[in-house]
Amino acid sequence: MSSWAFFCTVIRRDLFLAWQQRGDLLVGLVFFVLVACLFPLAIGPEAKLLSRIGPGVLWVAAILANLLALPRLFQADWQDGTLEQLLLAPAPAGMMVAGKIVAHWLTTGVPLTLIAPLLGVQYGLSSDLLLMLMATLFIGTPVLSALGSIGAALTLGVRQGDMLLALLVLPLYAPVLIFGSGAVAAVAGGLNGYAELSLLAAIACGSLFLAPWLAAMAIKLAVE
Amino acid sequence: MILIDQIAAQRGDRPLFSNLSFALQAGDCIHLRGENGIGKTSLLKMLAGLSQPDQGQILWQGQALTELGDDYHGQLHYLGHKDALKDLLSPYQNLHWATQIAGNPLSEAAILHTLAKVGLLQQCDLPVRSLSQGQKKRAALARLLATPRPLWLLDEPFVALDTTAQSELGEWINNHCQQGGIVILTSHQQLPSIQHVTELTLTRPL
Amino acid sequence: MKPHADGPRWLNIFHFASPYQFYPLAGRLIPLFATLAVLLAMAGLWLGFAIAPADAQQGEGYRIIFLHVPTSWMAMLIYVAMAFWSVMHLILRTRLSAMMAQALAPTGALMAFLSLFTGALWGKPMWGTWWVWDARLTSMLLLFFLYLGFIALTRSIDEPDRADKAGSVLAIVGVFNVPVIYFSVKWWNTLHQGASISMEKGSTMASTMLIAMLLMSLAAWMYAITTTLSRVRNLILQREARTRWVQELLAIPANKA
Repeated sequence: MSSWAFFCTVIRRDLFLAWQQRGDLLVGLVFFVLVACLFPLAIGPEAKLLSRIGPGVLWVAAILANLLALPRLFQADWQDGTLEQLLLAPAPAGMMVAGKIVAHWLTTGVPLTLIAPLLGVQYGLSSDLLLMLMATLFIGTPVLSALGSIGAALTLGVRQGDMLLALLVLPLYAPVLIFGSGAVAAVAGGLNGYAELSLLAAIACGSLFLAPWLAAMAIKLAVE
Repeated sequence: MILIDQIAAQRGDRPLFSNLSFALQAGDCIHLRGENGIGKTSLLKMLAGLSQPDQGQILWQGQALTELGDDYHGQLHYLGHKDALKDLLSPYQNLHWATQIAGNPLSEAAILHTLAKVGLLQQCDLPVRSLSQGQKKRAALARLLATPRPLWLLDEPFVALDTTAQSELGEWINNHCQQGGIVILTSHQQLPSIQHVTELTLTRPL
Repeated sequence: MKPHADGPRWLNIFHFASPYQFYPLAGRLIPLFATLAVLLAMAGLWLGFAIAPADAQQGEGYRIIFLHVPTSWMAMLIYVAMAFWSVMHLILRTRLSAMMAQALAPTGALMAFLSLFTGALWGKPMWGTWWVWDARLTSMLLLFFLYLGFIALTRSIDEPDRADKAGSVLAIVGVFNVPVIYFSVKWWNTLHQGASISMEKGSTMASTMLIAMLLMSLAAWMYAITTTLSRVRNLILQREARTRWVQELLAIPANKA
């Protein structure tokens, strides 16, 4: 079987499984909306302040929602033994992880990106800011899934794995957060924000290229 | 066909087995025995290529597993402790995706034919979580019959099966060996009616 | 692992990769490095706190850099060393390399913590607050979390083999990220805080200060080596507790007593 066919099969399989449990996906989205709604309650409804912190708050909320969904990447497959069968497919394990990352992104990052403008409106972001926010989320959320896959693989079956996952992964997310919210802030400040966006894209290329192989290595440790 | 050459394994600082060597020809069936924790599952995982021995090597048709890489996986079926079934999906869907992942997509008729062989035709659209333990095992065993592959690695395949199902599985193993396949299995039970089975008992190194 | 008897030992770089060979070597090296650490630290502290002149702008308060700068350097350097041993472990499959990485981590975390702590102490007289979101402090904070993550991961996996490899993968991921984090935080910092006082400002350092700083850095090196070696010895004893040589080793003091 070619690596490409295997990659596509894994994506189709994971999307099919996600569709079977679509309630779980909704939970992540509702969490994202809730976190974003809590900040105005804490800070107050002053429009100017809200529009200033809006991009940052939405990015942090997106990161937390992603973190919440990370254990789903490998946990269920590991528990019922299908992860072993995936590793035993006649194709590279890195392609399997890459497929899972893409499926995870399609089921978490893309919905977040699509719903973010609605929340952005609540924070009084103008349309060009909303556009930039969507662009950064679109490019940045695959990085979250990719880097997160390494953490999820390392903590498979480990005591207090989910807590540990947050500790391992959140520091790695810092650059994505900085460039993601930075690009929107740059647009708000009258710049075009392309510099941050291209740096984000560079990080995306690097992490999507390297993460699957490192995560595959970590998965093999969990299955051994 | 498969040659185990002086392999050794340890778990942490505890040696499991060392200097283990044996060779299997087409048609051989090996029954791995030994006390709990002796490393039977570890050995099966090494034979499947899921992990590497600490010393020695395993050869498949004269080539080391480390050289064969992922292509070797196309030669074997591995049935682990866990059934590798999705609880939410039906046996039909499970087998469909299992064969897709294994790189041999089957037609609907072929999947149904396989499920009929393991006696799950009536349950083929029920979610796996509503099946009994024995039926789940059958759903897992369906993978072996779905695509012909020479090497079967079975970890405790008889657990949870009733006597008729056990003798059926024994029949499948016999057929597989007669057609030139190799079976390596672990079991704490007496094996039902398998011809030409060789017992191999693992012992702790001194 | 059995001791290798073949060939002269200096020809075989893997000779000391065996825990059996490394344990006594580490035992002999520890007093040496510990003495060096104490001597260098005493010299550095004396030079830095008694001899070096007070700074024109910052008065006596600046002297904390003799602690702050060496600990910051060590915190970063130790992470690179950890990543190096991790790569060695994954490539050569030597268990000692993974033990080295794990022994380095607590010292690295301590150094990062001390760097943050002294940074806060220094920040109070300089900036008037304990904490500013300065690029260096922020990335040091993230580095500290990377250390904590490494320690937590390796401690919470029970099988030593998996803990070794998982830790190695994490350290390698981390070392790719440290420069990215540093760069991104710096970028973020210049965007948000153009007006903050930079640390390099007015750093025309007197030569005594420079020498004191170097002495303190060397002392930190020696300290790190000492603690790492003793931690490696502990790890070796734990991991190899079932082997004959460890049991013989532990039996000797018992017989003497």
